[in-house]
Amino acid sequence: MAENAATMNEFLIKAVGLGAIRGERVLFSDLSVEAKAGEALVLRGANGAGKSTLLRMLGGLSRPDAGTVERPVRHHWIGHRNGLKPHETPRAHLTHWGRVWGSTADAIEIASHMGIERPFDVAGRLLSAGQKRRTAIARLLLADRPLWLLDEPFSALDTQGKALVTSLIDRHRASGGAVITALHGEAPFEASGEVQL
Amino acid sequence: MRSPSPLRAAFRQALGEAWAGGAGVLLPIGFFAGAAMLVPFTVGSEASQLSSIGTGILWVALALASLVSMERVFQADLEDGVLELWAQEETPLFLVAAAKIIAHWLVSGLPLVLLTPPIGIALQVDAGALVPAMLAYGLGGLAFFLWGGVAGALAASVARGGLLISLLALPLFVPTAIFGALATIEGPGGPSLLFLSATTLFALSIAPFAASAALRLAVD
Repeated sequence: MAENAATMNEFLIKAVGLGAIRGERVLFSDLSVEAKAGEALVLRGANGAGKSTLLRMLGGLSRPDAGTVERPVRHHWIGHRNGLKPHETPRAHLTHWGRVWGSTADAIEIASHMGIERPFDVAGRLLSAGQKRRTAIARLLLADRPLWLLDEPFSALDTQGKALVTSLIDRHRASGGAVITALHGEAPFEASGEVQL
Repeated sequence: MRSPSPLRAAFRQALGEAWAGGAGVLLPIGFFAGAAMLVPFTVGSEASQLSSIGTGILWVALALASLVSMERVFQADLEDGVLELWAQEETPLFLVAAAKIIAHWLVSGLPLVLLTPPIGIALQVDAGALVPAMLAYGLGGLAFFLWGGVAGALAASVARGGLLISLLALPLFVPTAIFGALATIEGPGGPSLLFLSATTLFALSIAPFAASAALRLAVD
Protein backbone atom coordinates (compact mmCIF):
# COMPACT_ATOMS: atom_id res chain seq x y z
CA MET A 1 0.00 0.00 0.00
CA ALA A 2 3.05 2.26 -0.08
CA GLU A 3 2.07 3.42 -3.53
CA ASN A 4 -1.38 4.36 -2.28
CA ALA A 5 -0.10 6.28 0.71
CA ALA A 6 2.21 8.35 -1.45
CA THR A 7 -0.64 9.37 -3.71
CA MET A 8 -3.23 9.95 -1.00
CA ASN A 9 -4.00 13.52 -2.04
CA GLU A 10 -3.31 13.03 -5.69
CA PHE A 11 -5.63 11.72 -8.36
CA LEU A 12 -5.38 8.07 -9.36
CA ILE A 13 -6.98 8.86 -12.68
CA LYS A 14 -7.82 12.14 -14.33
CA ALA A 15 -9.58 12.54 -17.65
CA VAL A 16 -10.24 15.96 -19.14
CA GLY A 17 -12.52 16.95 -21.99
CA LEU A 18 -13.27 13.42 -23.13
CA GLY A 19 -15.40 12.96 -26.21
CA ALA A 20 -16.61 9.91 -28.11
CA ILE A 21 -18.05 9.65 -31.60
CA ARG A 22 -19.81 6.55 -32.86
CA GLY A 23 -20.46 6.72 -36.57
CA GLU A 24 -21.92 10.21 -37.05
CA ARG A 25 -23.32 10.49 -33.55
CA VAL A 26 -21.66 12.21 -30.64
CA LEU A 27 -21.96 9.85 -27.65
CA PHE A 28 -20.62 12.34 -25.14
CA SER A 29 -18.39 15.37 -25.21
CA ASP A 30 -16.36 17.52 -22.84
CA LEU A 31 -16.59 14.99 -20.06
CA SER A 32 -14.17 15.14 -17.16
CA VAL A 33 -13.59 12.36 -14.66
CA GLU A 34 -11.28 12.38 -11.69
CA ALA A 35 -10.88 9.83 -8.94
CA LYS A 36 -8.76 10.18 -5.82
CA ALA A 37 -7.86 7.62 -3.19
CA GLY A 38 -10.90 6.25 -1.38
CA GLU A 39 -13.37 7.44 -4.00
CA ALA A 40 -15.91 5.38 -5.90
CA LEU A 41 -17.41 6.87 -9.05
CA VAL A 42 -20.48 5.45 -10.73
CA LEU A 43 -21.01 5.93 -14.45
CA ARG A 44 -24.70 6.35 -15.17
CA GLY A 45 -26.63 6.39 -18.40
CA ALA A 46 -29.17 4.56 -20.51
CA ASN A 47 -28.24 1.59 -22.69
CA GLY A 48 -25.98 2.82 -25.48
CA ALA A 49 -25.20 6.09 -23.74
CA GLY A 50 -21.50 5.24 -23.75
CA LYS A 51 -20.75 3.96 -20.24
CA SER A 52 -18.60 1.09 -21.48
CA THR A 53 -17.01 3.33 -24.10
CA LEU A 54 -16.01 5.81 -21.41
CA LEU A 55 -14.67 3.04 -19.19
CA ARG A 56 -12.64 1.64 -22.09
CA MET A 57 -11.15 5.07 -22.69
CA LEU A 58 -10.25 5.35 -19.02
CA GLY A 59 -8.58 1.94 -19.17
CA GLY A 60 -6.63 2.80 -22.31
CA LEU A 61 -8.40 0.31 -24.57
CA SER A 62 -9.99 2.93 -26.79
CA ARG A 63 -8.36 6.12 -27.95
CA PRO A 64 -10.49 9.14 -26.97
CA ASP A 65 -11.86 11.07 -29.94
CA ALA A 66 -11.21 14.19 -27.86
CA GLY A 67 -9.52 14.89 -24.55
CA THR A 68 -6.82 13.18 -22.52
CA VAL A 69 -6.59 10.49 -19.86
CA GLU A 70 -3.88 10.54 -17.21
CA ARG A 71 -3.45 7.35 -15.24
CA PRO A 72 -0.33 7.46 -13.06
CA VAL A 73 -1.08 4.15 -11.29
CA ARG A 74 -1.75 0.61 -12.43
CA HIS A 75 -5.32 -0.57 -12.65
CA HIS A 76 -7.46 -3.68 -12.65
CA TRP A 77 -10.03 -4.26 -15.38
CA ILE A 78 -13.24 -6.25 -15.08
CA GLY A 79 -14.88 -5.89 -18.45
CA HIS A 80 -18.19 -6.94 -19.84
CA ARG A 81 -16.42 -10.18 -20.85
CA ASN A 82 -14.85 -12.20 -18.08
CA GLY A 83 -11.53 -13.06 -19.74
CA LEU A 84 -11.98 -16.71 -18.81
CA LYS A 85 -11.28 -19.21 -21.58
CA PRO A 86 -13.71 -22.11 -22.19
CA HIS A 87 -11.11 -24.75 -21.32
CA GLU A 88 -9.62 -22.77 -18.43
CA THR A 89 -10.47 -23.68 -14.84
CA PRO A 90 -10.65 -20.99 -12.15
CA ARG A 91 -7.42 -22.47 -10.79
CA ALA A 92 -5.68 -22.14 -14.17
CA HIS A 93 -7.10 -18.64 -14.65
CA LEU A 94 -5.90 -17.32 -11.32
CA THR A 95 -2.53 -19.08 -11.63
CA HIS A 96 -2.05 -17.64 -15.11
CA TRP A 97 -2.78 -14.02 -14.20
CA GLY A 98 -0.89 -14.47 -10.94
CA ARG A 99 2.15 -15.36 -13.02
CA VAL A 100 1.63 -12.44 -15.39
CA TRP A 101 1.44 -10.02 -12.48
CA GLY A 102 4.15 -11.67 -10.42
CA SER A 103 1.61 -12.27 -7.67
CA THR A 104 2.48 -14.14 -4.51
CA ALA A 105 -1.15 -14.37 -3.39
CA ASP A 106 -2.54 -17.82 -2.69
CA ALA A 107 -5.02 -18.68 -5.44
CA ILE A 108 -6.83 -21.23 -3.25
CA GLU A 109 -7.34 -18.71 -0.48
CA ILE A 110 -8.70 -16.17 -2.97
CA ALA A 111 -11.01 -18.81 -4.44
CA SER A 112 -12.46 -19.71 -1.07
CA HIS A 113 -12.96 -16.03 -0.30
CA MET A 114 -14.82 -15.64 -3.59
CA GLY A 115 -16.85 -18.79 -3.02
CA ILE A 116 -15.48 -20.63 -6.04
CA GLU A 117 -13.53 -23.34 -4.24
CA ARG A 118 -16.07 -25.99 -5.26
CA PRO A 119 -15.82 -25.41 -9.05
CA PHE A 120 -12.11 -24.57 -8.70
CA ASP A 121 -11.09 -27.32 -11.14
CA VAL A 122 -14.06 -27.15 -13.48
CA ALA A 123 -13.51 -25.89 -17.03
CA GLY A 124 -14.85 -22.40 -17.77
CA ARG A 125 -17.43 -23.57 -20.29
CA LEU A 126 -19.12 -25.68 -17.59
CA LEU A 127 -19.33 -22.87 -15.03
CA SER A 128 -22.46 -20.85 -14.42
CA ALA A 129 -22.52 -17.19 -15.40
CA GLY A 130 -22.20 -16.20 -11.74
CA GLN A 131 -19.25 -18.52 -11.15
CA LYS A 132 -17.48 -17.08 -14.18
CA ARG A 133 -18.11 -13.56 -12.88
CA ARG A 134 -16.76 -14.50 -9.47
CA THR A 135 -13.64 -15.96 -11.12
CA ALA A 136 -13.07 -12.73 -13.04
CA ILE A 137 -13.56 -10.62 -9.92
CA ALA A 138 -11.14 -12.87 -8.04
CA ARG A 139 -8.41 -11.33 -10.24
CA LEU A 140 -8.80 -8.11 -8.24
CA LEU A 141 -7.34 -9.90 -5.22
CA LEU A 142 -4.31 -11.33 -7.06
CA ALA A 143 -2.36 -8.10 -7.25
CA ASP A 144 -2.61 -4.89 -5.28
CA ARG A 145 -3.50 -2.18 -7.80
CA PRO A 146 -4.84 1.20 -6.66
CA LEU A 147 -7.42 1.72 -9.39
CA TRP A 148 -10.27 -0.64 -10.28
CA LEU A 149 -12.26 -0.15 -13.48
CA LEU A 150 -15.36 -2.33 -13.34
CA ASP A 151 -17.99 -2.70 -16.05
CA GLU A 152 -21.24 -3.95 -14.46
CA PRO A 153 -19.40 -5.93 -11.78
CA PHE A 154 -22.63 -7.18 -10.19
CA SER A 155 -24.05 -8.71 -13.35
CA ALA A 156 -24.94 -12.42 -13.02
CA LEU A 157 -24.10 -12.42 -9.29
CA ASP A 158 -26.50 -13.68 -6.62
CA THR A 159 -27.31 -11.71 -3.45
CA GLN A 160 -24.38 -13.18 -1.59
CA GLY A 161 -22.04 -12.48 -4.51
CA LYS A 162 -23.19 -8.88 -4.67
CA ALA A 163 -22.56 -8.46 -0.95
CA LEU A 164 -19.12 -10.00 -1.42
CA VAL A 165 -18.15 -7.62 -4.23
CA THR A 166 -19.54 -4.68 -2.25
CA SER A 167 -17.33 -5.62 0.68
CA LEU A 168 -14.32 -5.91 -1.65
CA ILE A 169 -15.01 -2.43 -3.00
CA ASP A 170 -15.42 -0.99 0.52
CA ARG A 171 -12.20 -2.61 1.68
CA HIS A 172 -10.32 -1.40 -1.39
CA ARG A 173 -11.49 2.18 -0.80
CA ALA A 174 -10.63 2.00 2.89
CA SER A 175 -7.07 1.01 2.01
CA GLY A 176 -6.64 3.99 -0.30
CA GLY A 177 -7.85 2.63 -3.62
CA ALA A 178 -10.33 4.08 -6.04
CA VAL A 179 -13.10 2.42 -8.02
CA ILE A 180 -14.91 3.48 -11.18
CA THR A 181 -17.90 1.37 -12.14
CA ALA A 182 -20.44 1.42 -14.93
CA LEU A 183 -23.69 0.43 -13.25
CA HIS A 184 -27.36 -0.13 -13.85
CA GLY A 185 -29.69 0.27 -10.91
CA GLU A 186 -28.83 1.11 -7.34
CA ALA A 187 -25.20 1.09 -6.27
CA PRO A 188 -24.92 -1.23 -3.22
CA PHE A 189 -21.97 0.83 -1.98
CA GLU A 190 -21.84 4.48 -1.05
CA ALA A 191 -20.77 6.28 -4.22
CA SER A 192 -18.67 9.40 -3.81
CA GLY A 193 -19.80 10.75 -7.13
CA GLU A 194 -21.71 10.02 -10.29
CA VAL A 195 -20.94 10.70 -13.92
CA GLN A 196 -24.14 11.12 -15.90
CA LEU A 197 -23.89 10.30 -19.59
CA MET B 1 8.48 -5.11 -17.13
CA ARG B 2 11.09 -6.41 -14.74
CA SER B 3 11.12 -10.05 -15.72
CA PRO B 4 9.94 -11.91 -18.78
CA SER B 5 7.48 -13.92 -16.67
CA PRO B 6 4.39 -12.25 -18.23
CA LEU B 7 5.64 -13.47 -21.60
CA ARG B 8 6.28 -16.97 -20.30
CA ALA B 9 2.71 -16.95 -18.98
CA ALA B 10 1.37 -15.77 -22.35
CA PHE B 11 3.34 -18.50 -24.09
CA ARG B 12 2.10 -21.12 -21.66
CA GLN B 13 -1.50 -19.97 -22.06
CA ALA B 14 -1.21 -20.13 -25.86
CA LEU B 15 0.25 -23.64 -25.70
CA GLY B 16 -2.52 -24.75 -23.37
CA GLU B 17 -5.16 -23.32 -25.65
CA ALA B 18 -3.69 -24.98 -28.74
CA TRP B 19 -3.67 -28.35 -26.98
CA ALA B 20 -7.10 -27.91 -25.47
CA GLY B 21 -8.57 -27.17 -28.88
CA GLY B 22 -7.36 -30.57 -30.11
CA ALA B 23 -7.94 -29.60 -33.71
CA GLY B 24 -5.04 -27.17 -33.36
CA VAL B 25 -2.64 -30.09 -33.62
CA LEU B 26 -4.47 -32.57 -35.80
CA LEU B 27 -6.27 -30.37 -38.31
CA PRO B 28 -3.17 -28.89 -40.02
CA ILE B 29 -1.49 -32.32 -40.02
CA GLY B 30 -4.50 -33.93 -41.67
CA PHE B 31 -4.79 -31.11 -44.16
CA PHE B 32 -1.08 -31.20 -44.98
CA ALA B 33 -0.92 -34.95 -45.49
CA GLY B 34 -4.25 -35.07 -47.32
CA ALA B 35 -3.38 -32.28 -49.75
CA ALA B 36 0.03 -33.79 -50.55
CA MET B 37 -1.31 -37.30 -51.00
CA LEU B 38 -3.96 -36.10 -53.44
CA VAL B 39 -1.28 -35.05 -55.92
CA PRO B 40 -0.31 -38.52 -57.25
CA PHE B 41 -3.98 -39.12 -58.01
CA THR B 42 -4.25 -35.95 -60.06
CA VAL B 43 -0.92 -35.69 -61.89
CA GLY B 44 -0.21 -39.40 -62.22
CA SER B 45 1.98 -41.68 -60.17
CA GLU B 46 4.97 -41.85 -62.54
CA ALA B 47 8.08 -41.76 -60.35
CA SER B 48 10.18 -39.34 -62.42
CA GLN B 49 7.37 -36.83 -62.73
CA LEU B 50 6.47 -36.99 -59.03
CA SER B 51 10.05 -36.68 -57.84
CA SER B 52 10.55 -33.53 -59.90
CA ILE B 53 7.56 -31.76 -58.37
CA GLY B 54 7.55 -33.44 -54.93
CA THR B 55 9.42 -30.75 -52.98
CA GLY B 56 7.28 -28.05 -54.56
CA ILE B 57 4.11 -29.89 -53.62
CA LEU B 58 5.33 -30.01 -50.03
CA TRP B 59 5.82 -26.23 -50.06
CA VAL B 60 2.29 -25.61 -51.35
CA ALA B 61 0.82 -28.04 -48.82
CA LEU B 62 2.85 -26.44 -46.02
CA ALA B 63 1.72 -22.93 -47.00
CA LEU B 64 -1.95 -23.90 -47.07
CA ALA B 65 -1.82 -26.07 -43.95
CA SER B 66 -0.24 -23.21 -41.98
CA LEU B 67 -3.43 -21.18 -42.43
CA VAL B 68 -5.91 -23.90 -41.47
CA SER B 69 -6.19 -23.14 -37.75
CA MET B 70 -5.05 -19.51 -37.87
CA GLU B 71 -8.56 -18.11 -37.61
CA ARG B 72 -8.99 -18.90 -33.92
CA VAL B 73 -5.58 -17.87 -32.62
CA PHE B 74 -6.51 -14.26 -31.92
CA GLN B 75 -10.26 -14.40 -32.46
CA ALA B 76 -10.75 -16.60 -29.40
CA ASP B 77 -8.81 -14.11 -27.26
CA LEU B 78 -10.94 -11.26 -28.55
CA GLU B 79 -14.20 -13.10 -27.82
CA ASP B 80 -13.13 -14.25 -24.35
CA GLY B 81 -12.04 -10.78 -23.31
CA VAL B 82 -8.47 -12.00 -22.76
CA LEU B 83 -7.19 -9.59 -25.39
CA GLU B 84 -8.65 -6.68 -23.41
CA LEU B 85 -6.63 -7.75 -20.42
CA TRP B 86 -3.40 -8.13 -22.39
CA ALA B 87 -3.93 -4.79 -24.12
CA GLN B 88 -3.93 -3.03 -20.72
CA GLU B 89 -0.77 -4.69 -19.45
CA GLU B 90 2.64 -3.03 -19.32
CA THR B 91 4.07 -5.94 -21.29
CA PRO B 92 4.29 -4.75 -24.91
CA LEU B 93 1.48 -6.26 -26.95
CA PHE B 94 3.83 -7.12 -29.82
CA LEU B 95 5.76 -9.46 -27.54
CA VAL B 96 2.54 -11.14 -26.43
CA ALA B 97 1.48 -11.48 -30.08
CA ALA B 98 4.89 -12.96 -30.95
CA ALA B 99 4.68 -15.41 -28.04
CA LYS B 100 1.24 -16.54 -29.18
CA ILE B 101 2.31 -17.00 -32.81
CA ILE B 102 5.45 -18.93 -31.84
CA ALA B 103 3.44 -21.16 -29.49
CA HIS B 104 0.95 -21.81 -32.27
CA TRP B 105 3.82 -22.65 -34.63
CA LEU B 106 5.30 -25.08 -32.10
CA VAL B 107 2.02 -26.94 -31.74
CA SER B 108 0.69 -26.76 -35.30
CA GLY B 109 3.70 -25.96 -37.49
CA LEU B 110 6.59 -28.03 -36.20
CA PRO B 111 4.71 -31.35 -36.62
CA LEU B 112 4.28 -30.50 -40.30
CA VAL B 113 8.04 -30.15 -40.72
CA LEU B 114 8.57 -33.50 -39.02
CA LEU B 115 6.07 -34.99 -41.45
CA THR B 116 7.85 -33.81 -44.61
CA PRO B 117 10.25 -36.80 -44.91
CA PRO B 118 7.59 -39.56 -44.92
CA ILE B 119 5.34 -37.63 -47.27
CA GLY B 120 8.32 -36.72 -49.44
CA ILE B 121 9.24 -40.39 -49.74
CA ALA B 122 5.69 -41.18 -50.78
CA LEU B 123 6.08 -38.51 -53.47
CA GLN B 124 9.30 -40.21 -54.73
CA VAL B 125 11.55 -37.35 -53.58
CA ASP B 126 15.20 -38.39 -53.16
CA ALA B 127 15.33 -39.63 -49.57
CA GLY B 128 18.83 -38.26 -48.95
CA ALA B 129 17.71 -34.71 -49.70
CA LEU B 130 14.67 -34.77 -47.44
CA VAL B 131 16.32 -34.52 -44.05
CA PRO B 132 18.45 -31.47 -44.97
CA ALA B 133 15.33 -29.98 -46.59
CA MET B 134 13.59 -30.04 -43.20
CA LEU B 135 15.65 -27.01 -42.21
CA ALA B 136 14.22 -25.10 -45.18
CA TYR B 137 10.68 -26.27 -44.43
CA GLY B 138 11.14 -25.29 -40.80
CA LEU B 139 12.37 -21.78 -41.65
CA GLY B 140 9.71 -21.30 -44.31
CA GLY B 141 6.97 -22.64 -42.10
CA LEU B 142 7.89 -20.16 -39.36
CA ALA B 143 7.60 -17.29 -41.87
CA PHE B 144 4.23 -18.64 -43.04
CA PHE B 145 2.95 -18.77 -39.47
CA LEU B 146 4.20 -15.25 -38.72
CA TRP B 147 2.45 -13.73 -41.75
CA GLY B 148 -0.57 -15.90 -41.05
CA GLY B 149 -0.58 -14.49 -37.52
CA VAL B 150 -0.73 -10.93 -38.89
CA ALA B 151 -3.64 -11.92 -41.10
CA GLY B 152 -5.30 -13.69 -38.18
CA ALA B 153 -4.96 -10.58 -36.05
CA LEU B 154 -6.42 -8.41 -38.83
CA ALA B 155 -9.34 -10.80 -39.24
CA ALA B 156 -9.89 -11.31 -35.49
CA SER B 157 -13.03 -9.20 -35.40
CA VAL B 158 -14.45 -10.64 -38.64
CA ALA B 159 -17.07 -13.35 -38.13
CA ARG B 160 -15.91 -15.78 -40.83
CA GLY B 161 -12.40 -14.53 -41.27
CA GLY B 162 -10.88 -17.66 -42.82
CA LEU B 163 -11.15 -16.44 -46.39
CA LEU B 164 -9.90 -12.99 -45.44
CA ILE B 165 -6.90 -14.58 -43.74
CA SER B 166 -6.00 -16.51 -46.88
CA LEU B 167 -6.38 -13.44 -49.08
CA LEU B 168 -4.21 -11.35 -46.77
CA ALA B 169 -1.54 -13.92 -46.01
CA LEU B 170 -0.92 -15.78 -49.26
CA PRO B 171 0.64 -12.82 -51.13
CA LEU B 172 3.03 -12.37 -48.21
CA PHE B 173 4.09 -16.00 -48.58
CA VAL B 174 5.48 -15.46 -52.09
CA PRO B 175 9.12 -14.53 -51.32
CA THR B 176 9.40 -17.34 -48.78
CA ALA B 177 7.87 -19.82 -51.22
CA ILE B 178 10.25 -18.78 -54.04
CA PHE B 179 13.45 -19.02 -52.00
CA GLY B 180 12.18 -22.03 -50.06
CA ALA B 181 11.52 -24.03 -53.22
CA LEU B 182 14.93 -23.03 -54.63
CA ALA B 183 16.63 -23.94 -51.36
CA THR B 184 15.15 -27.44 -51.28
CA ILE B 185 16.33 -28.02 -54.87
CA GLU B 186 19.82 -26.60 -54.27
CA GLY B 187 20.30 -28.39 -51.00
CA PRO B 188 22.10 -26.96 -47.98
CA GLY B 189 24.95 -24.53 -48.59
CA GLY B 190 23.26 -22.84 -51.52
CA PRO B 191 22.56 -19.10 -51.54
CA SER B 192 18.78 -19.62 -51.60
CA LEU B 193 18.81 -20.96 -48.04
CA LEU B 194 20.31 -17.64 -46.94
CA PHE B 195 17.64 -15.71 -48.82
CA LEU B 196 15.00 -17.98 -47.27
CA SER B 197 16.43 -17.23 -43.82
CA ALA B 198 16.30 -13.54 -44.69
CA THR B 199 12.59 -13.73 -45.51
CA THR B 200 11.97 -15.49 -42.19
CA LEU B 201 14.00 -12.90 -40.27
CA PHE B 202 12.10 -10.15 -42.07
CA ALA B 203 8.80 -11.76 -41.02
CA LEU B 204 10.11 -12.14 -37.47
CA SER B 205 10.98 -8.45 -37.27
CA ILE B 206 7.80 -7.07 -38.87
CA ALA B 207 4.99 -9.50 -38.08
CA PRO B 208 4.78 -9.03 -34.27
CA PHE B 209 4.42 -5.25 -34.64
CA ALA B 210 1.90 -5.56 -37.45
CA ALA B 211 -0.10 -8.13 -35.48
CA SER B 212 -0.14 -6.01 -32.32
CA ALA B 213 -1.27 -2.93 -34.29
CA ALA B 214 -4.10 -5.01 -35.75
CA LEU B 215 -5.03 -6.32 -32.30
CA ARG B 216 -5.18 -2.77 -30.89
CA LEU B 217 -7.67 -1.94 -33.62
CA ALA B 218 -9.66 -5.09 -32.95
CA VAL B 219 -9.91 -4.42 -29.22
CA ASP B 220 -10.89 -0.74 -29.66
